Amino acid sequence: MKKFRGSSDYVASSELMNAVNVAIALEKPLLIKGEPGTGKTMLAQSIADALEMPLIIWSIKSTTKAQEGLYMYDTVQRLYDSQFGEGDVSDIKKYIKLGKLGEAFTSDEQAVLLIDEIDKADLEFPNDLLWELDKMEFYINETKEMIHTKHRPIVIITSNAEKELPDAFLRRCIFHYIEFPTDDKMREIIKVHYGNVDEKLVNEALRAFYDIRSMRDIQKKPSTSELLDWIQALQIAGCDVNTIAKEIPYMGVLLKKNQDIDTARAYTFRR
Amino acid sequence: MFLEFFKILRLHGLKISFDEWLVLMDALDRGLAGNSLMEFYYLCRNILIKTEADYDKFDMAFAEYFKGIESVDEIPDELKEWLSHGELERMLEDMPEWAKELDLDTLRQMFRERLQEQTEKHDGGNYWVGTGGTSPFGHGGYNPAGIRVGGQGRHQSAIQIAGERNFRDFRQDNELDTRQFQMAFRKLRQFSSRVDAAKTELDIDATIDATCDNAGLLKLVYEKPRKNTVKLLLLMDSDGSMRAYSRLCSQLFQAVNQSNHLKDLKIYYFHNCIYDYLYTDPYIIDGRWTETEWVLKNLGSDYKVIIVGDAAMSSYELTARGGNINWYAWNNEPGMDWLKRFKRSYHKVIWLNPIKESRWTHAWGARTIQMIREVFPMYELTLDGLDKGIHKLLTN
Repeated sequence: MKKFRGSSDYVASSELMNAVNVAIALEKPLLIKGEPGTGKTMLAQSIADALEMPLIIWSIKSTTKAQEGLYMYDTVQRLYDSQFGEGDVSDIKKYIKLGKLGEAFTSDEQAVLLIDEIDKADLEFPNDLLWELDKMEFYINETKEMIHTKHRPIVIITSNAEKELPDAFLRRCIFHYIEFPTDDKMREIIKVHYGNVDEKLVNEALRAFYDIRSMRDIQKKPSTSELLDWIQALQIAGCDVNTIAKEIPYMGVLLKKNQDIDTARAYTFRR
Repeated sequence: MFLEFFKILRLHGLKISFDEWLVLMDALDRGLAGNSLMEFYYLCRNILIKTEADYDKFDMAFAEYFKGIESVDEIPDELKEWLSHGELERMLEDMPEWAKELDLDTLRQMFRERLQEQTEKHDGGNYWVGTGGTSPFGHGGYNPAGIRVGGQGRHQSAIQIAGERNFRDFRQDNELDTRQFQMAFRKLRQFSSRVDAAKTELDIDATIDATCDNAGLLKLVYEKPRKNTVKLLLLMDSDGSMRAYSRLCSQLFQAVNQSNHLKDLKIYYFHNCIYDYLYTDPYIIDGRWTETEWVLKNLGSDYKVIIVGDAAMSSYELTARGGNINWYAWNNEPGMDWLKRFKRSYHKVIWLNPIKESRWTHAWGARTIQMIREVFPMYELTLDGLDKGIHKLLTN
């Protein structure tokens, strides 16, 4: 059986790798939750890379319906075609377009299917997918055709906890919560992205970063991706390493809200 | 089947279904727990627990069940078998008697001495610092009490990690952050298609009718999408005794403010109780206000009202004319009458109180809390309380 052991550009904790492998072995969807910027979406890419499988991404928006993931029946096109006598209208199949889920089911090789930010959709959305995710098959009413999987895809679902997901859905998933990376883990991540960065710079930057995250009044805490951008900015600008924690240059890279920048300034001046 | 563990999990209030339990059994049979208690811990958590809010309860249950793990005999036979499913490096019983009881100080002392003695690499023994052995020092081996030197903890850490209770902050009965509040507010919705919006959705039935009427020439008919119709009026007590809860209230405020799914949102402030004027900002400055009368007249009864306040004040502030704590804003009608007017004007009103429910009967201001509770349903300002309150706002 294929086992996931992380990939060269993605640092996965052993717990996370465990969870991925359990989900693969039990053939159940893996539900990943965690603060923004903890690499939820990256995980699917990394699994696909590591196991050399194609990645199919279904990004969920607030208007997404479950049906769209299975297939769409283009009624309007068919009506128009019949009106103007174009194409073979009696061939309904022509007007059935598979969605992302359908694509993953019918893929000739096993695929990784990422259902990104499932909580963005309507509250009932996950319930509408129960059968499809469980049995990995669905029925096309218009053509009386059953779509079965050739190879069960590995399903990764991410959620930002904007909405609670229904119990029936949760019962069918393997769940893992990604904790915010600790100092050590963060160093590893920085190393994976930028190779060997000046250690002093990383020390100071991390100190400032975790300081800011621990400030009580910060509304949007900076996340991993912001830290990475910041370190890059610091490197390019060649700032004096000793002043980083004190002055926090390029604060705008870390904090995106004016209010937060003011708060952070106030804190650092007090020190 | 060590059902005892299942029972303990349920006793800790974890709603684990039997299905999930069977999945766990299946996973164990397939050897997915590897050969360590640590992996077993994560496996159980991955399969049985579906929200980080329950991680803490799970940790407590796990620690309770496996606390006696130091005495190796107590590990249930099945579990032992499962743990040894993989390529176990040492059997659990394979451990010298002397290794069982050592306290940390003795261990540290021994470690120091051992380090001084040792001059080369050792793996698999029971004395030197190395890997895979039963010596208390090193890693990858088994010793119930020991000092791990680098590498991966193999047997011990599950209990330790469970014991650390890293997920205490996620418990639902805790105070919450903005995001959690927001999540609760998302529930505040009632859908209807009778709203002003662009017609963007194809109405199949009407299209068929229209096309037939059009002598078979296609005519498309669109309809309005369904939208949330909930309007919210938020009244917040500011200043004074509420300062203690300012952080909590500001989080609630942000959550409401970011809830862009509401059809309309109006926010006003008051000090202790509602009188003739409602302030437009939380600084409660005379003049920056709107007449309460105007609000009652102009915001229809379909608004849902949430009042946030500690409801703790002197009782004359509720019952007396001129009871307003603000000397310059003389009120002709006592505060209680104003509250009752809100009750009459709006069908759905709830009161959220940052004071914990358990203290309502004996906190300072218990008397006015009681008086207000008789007018409005009151809930504590926690995730659970907010959930209940929002449920109340939506049901009849």
